[in-house]
Amino acid sequence: MKSRAKIIRKKELPDFLDHLIRSYKVFGPVKRDGIVFFDAIESGNDISLDYQNAKTSPKEALFPQSETLFRYHRKEGGVDVDVPVQGKKGQVLFGIRPCDAKGFLLLDKVFGGDCRDPYYEQRRANTIVVSLGCAKPQPACFCTALGGGPCAEEGSDLLMVDIGDQYVVKIVGDKGAILLEGNRFDDAEDESLAQAAEVKKKSEASMEPPLKIHGLKEKLDQLFDDSIWAQLTETCLGCGICTYLCPTCHCFDICDEPMGQDGIRIRTWDSCQFPLFTQQASGFNPRPLVKERFRQRIMHKFSYLVEDQGEVGCVGCGRCVTECPVNLDIRELLNALLEVEAA
Amino acid sequence: MMENPYLPFSMRIDDIVVETEDHNIKTFVLSYFEKEDEDRFKYVPGQFAELTVYGKGEAPFGMASSPMQAGQLEFSVSKIGVLTSALHQMHKGDVVGVRGPLGNGFPLANLKGKNLVLIGGGFGFSTLRALTNYMIHKAHRSSFGDITVIYGARKPGLLLYKGDLESWESRSDIQLHLTVDTADNGWTGHVGLVPNVTKSLAPSAENAFTLICGPPAMIKFTLPVVKELGFPDDKILLSLEMKMKCGVGMCGRCNMGSQYICRDGPVFSQDQLLHLTTETHF
Repeated sequence: MKSRAKIIRKKELPDFLDHLIRSYKVFGPVKRDGIVFFDAIESGNDISLDYQNAKTSPKEALFPQSETLFRYHRKEGGVDVDVPVQGKKGQVLFGIRPCDAKGFLLLDKVFGGDCRDPYYEQRRANTIVVSLGCAKPQPACFCTALGGGPCAEEGSDLLMVDIGDQYVVKIVGDKGAILLEGNRFDDAEDESLAQAAEVKKKSEASMEPPLKIHGLKEKLDQLFDDSIWAQLTETCLGCGICTYLCPTCHCFDICDEPMGQDGIRIRTWDSCQFPLFTQQASGFNPRPLVKERFRQRIMHKFSYLVEDQGEVGCVGCGRCVTECPVNLDIRELLNALLEVEAA
Repeated sequence: MMENPYLPFSMRIDDIVVETEDHNIKTFVLSYFEKEDEDRFKYVPGQFAELTVYGKGEAPFGMASSPMQAGQLEFSVSKIGVLTSALHQMHKGDVVGVRGPLGNGFPLANLKGKNLVLIGGGFGFSTLRALTNYMIHKAHRSSFGDITVIYGARKPGLLLYKGDLESWESRSDIQLHLTVDTADNGWTGHVGLVPNVTKSLAPSAENAFTLICGPPAMIKFTLPVVKELGFPDDKILLSLEMKMKCGVGMCGRCNMGSQYICRDGPVFSQDQLLHLTTETHF
């Protein structure tokens, strides 16, 4: 079978990116004060591919932290609303991690179910995902426990694997092929492919699956009313950082920002960890305590989404593990839940 | 271009009815500006819409009107938060936004040919009122069996839709039972809590559905009564409430277990709820 993989030499990469920047808005990992974020790049040299994972997930490129749904204008006898037009220019998310790419597939299901979200879908249709396989997963990474992998291709249009002075670039989707059109990259030969396979194998082997999710949903459903939740979440501050950094968390708020008689309606990321998230105008709150909100987050990801979308709402990126201010580790929590004897 | 589920259309406030003696609940009668908005807004009783007060935001309310009421929508609004307070200050002729219809509504196809026992309390009565007016409409009355309505409030002055109640009382094809916790002079209805009155009236569960809408405490104590009367869990329908934003199952806040109240509800059978997490158990 003819290989659907190309070789990009590292020294060719800045030129390739400059070529992309002429036609696309390109986002990539950018280092600022030693911390890697995803940001728009203006030159192929801005990018920093020598990183483990970015502090923030690239979901913002598809689902911005704040976005205008429409503007409203009062007029005689009514109100006009108009929706901001998204630019036609496509965007390339370059060098994101396979876990984050997989996360997009879950967002696709949430925003593209029976009711479709036009803001997300337009942006998604204009987006090309170029992932970079992980040669050295971090200690907090656990993608393999959730069906992913450090060099998994799910959700990517191109998947790059670093084999020294060049990348093996696997063409996963049609959009990936379009991106390479007009460039004369060599086909990847067997030897390079073997090297890439070796990187993948070593990387996967370096990750011990820290949890087994088999039977987790059923266990969680049984434990809904168990006292374990209070114990597990005793130290949780309810700060919500886990949800903001999560590549699959999609909860949002909608509110108006008036400017005189006119104004805008915006949506912003929100978090199930905040008490106001579910507090009704009457003051009644179905999830008044941290333990209930924390349980909601875990149940949503590992039970409700499995029922609703057939998939776990976690890709094992590890951001909630590394950034939690009180060191709550979702892997340890899930393991503890799995060990509880159901009443 | 796909339809944008977040865009409201404009409606004009045609009338504002102060429903209760404490002035806390008003019914807003809205009329369409555009015929095409009306054509698109095809709803069934039990569904809801997001009402916009521009500059304040939006909030969900069940339609209090019957779909048989052409050219208009009605929403009963209790003054309780920022948006509802702003609504209560609006006047005839003012413009609001409407987005919907949302949610599943009452399962009319399943209710056809059945006897219906509607049990409502307080403000939760609005969608049962919509359903009652729908069923007693001359185009539909013969599709449904006996209709019994049990409706309670703390006192007579807090009962909603007094005009409707009077007209229903004068009809022979609907059994209306009103009850209040505290009677005043001239009260001729029942006195007592809705669950107790339901128990003493003992409506038959034969070939029947019961639909219960009201405050959580009323639902909690009415459920064992209707169970005792012989209504099986799949013939007990409830309408749930949660904080909502998007109304279409994406913003993530109105779930009870795996079900979104906005998308999969708000109407659920007790049977469905018992299979969800205990968060949904009354």
